Amino acid sequence: MRNIFKLAARNLFRYKRRTFLTSMLITLGVVSVLLFISVSGSFKALMVGQITDSVLGHVQIHKKGYMASVDSLPLNRNLTGKQIDKVIQVLSEDDAVEAYSMRIKLGAMFSNFTETTNIRLNAVTPADEIKTAPLLTERLIEGKKEGLITPGEVLIPEIIAKGLKVKVGDGIVLVANNKDGSVNGQNFTVRGILEGVSGPGGKDGMVHIDDAKTLLRIGAAEVSEVVIRLKDIDQLPVVFDRLQENLGSMKNQQGQPVFEVHTWVQISPFSNIIKMIDLMTLFINIMLVAIVLVSIMNVMIMAVYERINEIGTISAIGTLPNKILSLFVVEGFLMGVLGTAIGTFISLVSIAVMNATQISFDFGRQKGLLLSPTIGAKDVILVVVIVVAIAVLASLQPAWKAAKMDPITALKHV
Amino acid sequence: MSVVVAEQLVKTYVAGDIKVEAIRAVDFSIEPASFVSFIGPSGSGKTTLLNMIGCLDPPTAGSLQVAGQDITSLSRQDAARFRGEHIGFVFQDFNLIPVLTVFENVEYPLQMVQSWPTETRKKRVMEMLDAVGMTDQAYKYPSQISGGQKQRVAVARALVTNAKLVLADEPTANLDKETANRIIELMKQMRDEFQTTFVFSTHDPRIVENVEITFALDDGTLHKLEKSAGGDHA
Repeated sequence: MRNIFKLAARNLFRYKRRTFLTSMLITLGVVSVLLFISVSGSFKALMVGQITDSVLGHVQIHKKGYMASVDSLPLNRNLTGKQIDKVIQVLSEDDAVEAYSMRIKLGAMFSNFTETTNIRLNAVTPADEIKTAPLLTERLIEGKKEGLITPGEVLIPEIIAKGLKVKVGDGIVLVANNKDGSVNGQNFTVRGILEGVSGPGGKDGMVHIDDAKTLLRIGAAEVSEVVIRLKDIDQLPVVFDRLQENLGSMKNQQGQPVFEVHTWVQISPFSNIIKMIDLMTLFINIMLVAIVLVSIMNVMIMAVYERINEIGTISAIGTLPNKILSLFVVEGFLMGVLGTAIGTFISLVSIAVMNATQISFDFGRQKGLLLSPTIGAKDVILVVVIVVAIAVLASLQPAWKAAKMDPITALKHV
Repeated sequence: MSVVVAEQLVKTYVAGDIKVEAIRAVDFSIEPASFVSFIGPSGSGKTTLLNMIGCLDPPTAGSLQVAGQDITSLSRQDAARFRGEHIGFVFQDFNLIPVLTVFENVEYPLQMVQSWPTETRKKRVMEMLDAVGMTDQAYKYPSQISGGQKQRVAVARALVTNAKLVLADEPTANLDKETANRIIELMKQMRDEFQTTFVFSTHDPRIVENVEITFALDDGTLHKLEKSAGGDHA
């Protein structure tokens, strides 16, 4: 086999310019794909980070049926007592969970004493919320960031602040119905203004969970949702399955599961953009395959055509057809390996340069997001394997033709 | 025992409705260590006959034995294997592999066809290069040597596997007179040294003068020419 490799390498070297150009074409394809994967991956990670770290978290747990009527923020579908205990127990035992935050979600009337509007609120425990949604404080465009919120304070969405001309430090009133239908009101001071983000919960205000309990006259433990942040988002599918399994054991009186678990992908419409990016990556990969297939096949067809007489000679002196086949397949393989090796090297250097130069971009209202392209060994190996496999595949037809060539016809070829 | 024995050998080509009888029921035999030529005008069937002896083209009918084996119905794979073990080829255009050096060209059949061990192989290649006087050119590429030298290398490549039969199709056609004479002399010398049978297909009277047996082909039929006292065939 070593001799076949030697002969194949010499033949490639014989047509230096052609080998170089073909390899460069493969290199270009590999560089395009790897850079696209790394940059789109970085963009994807940033987008996902913005969505999950600002409000959504990675996983959310609700009482069964809550999400179906989430628009009306139903207080009668809150998790209570033993249910909360079960969630806490499951989450405490799961090493993949970095933090979780329990929220009461409520709708209220917001009044600045001259005008009134509706507001959706998340009532949170600040320390837990900061750990679960670490970018939340970044969304505070006005007001003190430290500690997020204390009882008696409210964070209001930018849209209400502008609409009702409310400033930090102003006093406001929140009036809410509890689940029994009775109305209660409470005075608050505006502590900060939250920048709106796209997606569910992106334009909600925020109060301390103790205030929500007072406002809604909730005595016992009660929450609308538990938002979870994982240590590694790549573990999402595994953790999701595990949570479903562990929480699924708790059933209601009808024998139905008490909980419903959702990943951010199921909750946010932005997951479709992520799917589109993945789809684009797939199409870019298909283009790469086409580039490699066409270029290698073209070169190998030429190589066979130009060496018909030589094929006749080696066949006449006793070279077995399978060795002739191997010779041409190895040529395609080497060209694939050469192009891929150069392409991978250029890509990795380019990624390192992009990271060193700290390229920033804007995404919606988010300014100066830092692009930090990275590529996993799995992606690199996948691209390398695809390219080399396609190079071999593309060489097979010309190689087969060479191996099957009649030596007399080949020797007569001028 | 004869190296080649042909009985009622027929080769017919069919192209559409046209049937061409290239070789018409010929009988002949070739003895070991002999110098034999097939002569005849273009289209007489010399190359066809050489191709059949060389296991490159199967006969349509009749029997053909080479080196004691019936080669009339060998598969493509077996035919290639048989050629690699028993037959050497010398071509009109030398047909050296351009990307291999002189040494590697001679080494090729031992390495890629017969898989000799490295030490033995290298020793054998050097012996053959020495025998054809090409030792000092061993590491040059075919493009760096003359036509005569290329044909010497081709002869070395044909003999390196200890082939007992070398088929040479117009081996001097692309050489000048002086070089052609030297190549003929070389092949005679190789025949004497290695007891190899050389079979030529040729138009070249210099080869015909030097061979012991000449078969004349005319329109697919074969006649053995007797050598006169003066050395000419009649």
